[in-house]
Amino acid sequence: MTAKKDNKMTAAQTEAERVKRQRLRSIAIAVGLAVLVVLFYAATIVHLGGNALNRPL
Amino acid sequence: MALETQVEGTEIGAGPGVGDFVALMKPRVMSLVVFTALVGMMAAPGGLHPVLGFIALLCITVGAGASGALNMWYDADIDRHMARTAARPIPRGLVSAGEALTFGTVLSVTSVLTLGVLINWTAGALLALTIAFYIFVYTMWLKRRTPQNIVIGGAAGAFPPMIGWAAVTGGVSIEGIVLFLIIFMWTPPHFWALALYRCRDYERVGVPMLPVVAGPDETRRQIVIYSLLLVPVAISPYFIGLGGLAYLVTSSVLGAIFLWLAVRVYRTREGREADRVAKQLFAFSIFYLFALFAVLLGENLAERLIAWGVFGGLTA
Repeated sequence: MTAKKDNKMTAAQTEAERVKRQRLRSIAIAVGLAVLVVLFYAATIVHLGGNALNRPL
Repeated sequence: MALETQVEGTEIGAGPGVGDFVALMKPRVMSLVVFTALVGMMAAPGGLHPVLGFIALLCITVGAGASGALNMWYDADIDRHMARTAARPIPRGLVSAGEALTFGTVLSVTSVLTLGVLINWTAGALLALTIAFYIFVYTMWLKRRTPQNIVIGGAAGAFPPMIGWAAVTGGVSIEGIVLFLIIFMWTPPHFWALALYRCRDYERVGVPMLPVVAGPDETRRQIVIYSLLLVPVAISPYFIGLGGLAYLVTSSVLGAIFLWLAVRVYRTREGREADRVAKQLFAFSIFYLFALFAVLLGENLAERLIAWGVFGGLTA
């Protein structure tokens, strides 16, 4: 019976957990997008190679 | 969305955590995909800038994970009734089916476009084909209709080394196809060994795995047939110059053990011993594939190190 009681989260605990998970999901999405930006930037630099600096002024 | 109103038996009503989404991507399957794709990339002639190589590998991995999430979305109804899959995030009510569908779709599109734009469109198209094949051909069409489901559907799991190869070379060649064929021929005996001792699970949910439809004896016969086809295919990289002497020895010895285990599965048909040998074959088949690709990778790395003069520098 005690175990059953322990398993039930109070409404306040559930709300706090929901907010925490929402924040973590938001951070994960932000990190994912930042990684994508970095990948595109890095790949562009690699593709350009030295040619980025080799142009007439 | 409040999950507690959506799914009975939900463990917690606080919405999905980041870890639940990671679990949707089938991390264990992804690890094999990463490894085989890496071997495909390393074995390919020429080279790819390490940054681009990392991006290609990441895209292939995320694409594989995305198809895993889409598979879990579609199969949620049967997953909850099978011991092996009941703990997945959707059956447990941790992630809703809609969330899994959105997650899988966004990652599929992103990984294919990124691979196509940043690496090359042959690799991008192959990744798109892999995801589409796994979801539409295997999961939606074949899995619940025919005992040949994993024979044909196994192609989806066989594409990663070919994509890795295409990422480096920009095309598809006989070596990439041979790597594909090794995994393609390996899949049936691997999954049928599992299905032999998980037969009741599949039967309960109506998935027509071979032991359910044709019986365990026919499955054992098919395991031997596919093992006989697999072993020469697995040795063939040596004869097309993809593998060296170490690969020839490894693939021959491990192939002989694979065949021996397959024959034991064929002969042992009763009681717990039958389940035990099937489990043995299943476990060995994972090691077998891993070892073959590890030796290919090792040989290739050694060749590169020799070419860079690392060993020469040490001995000079």
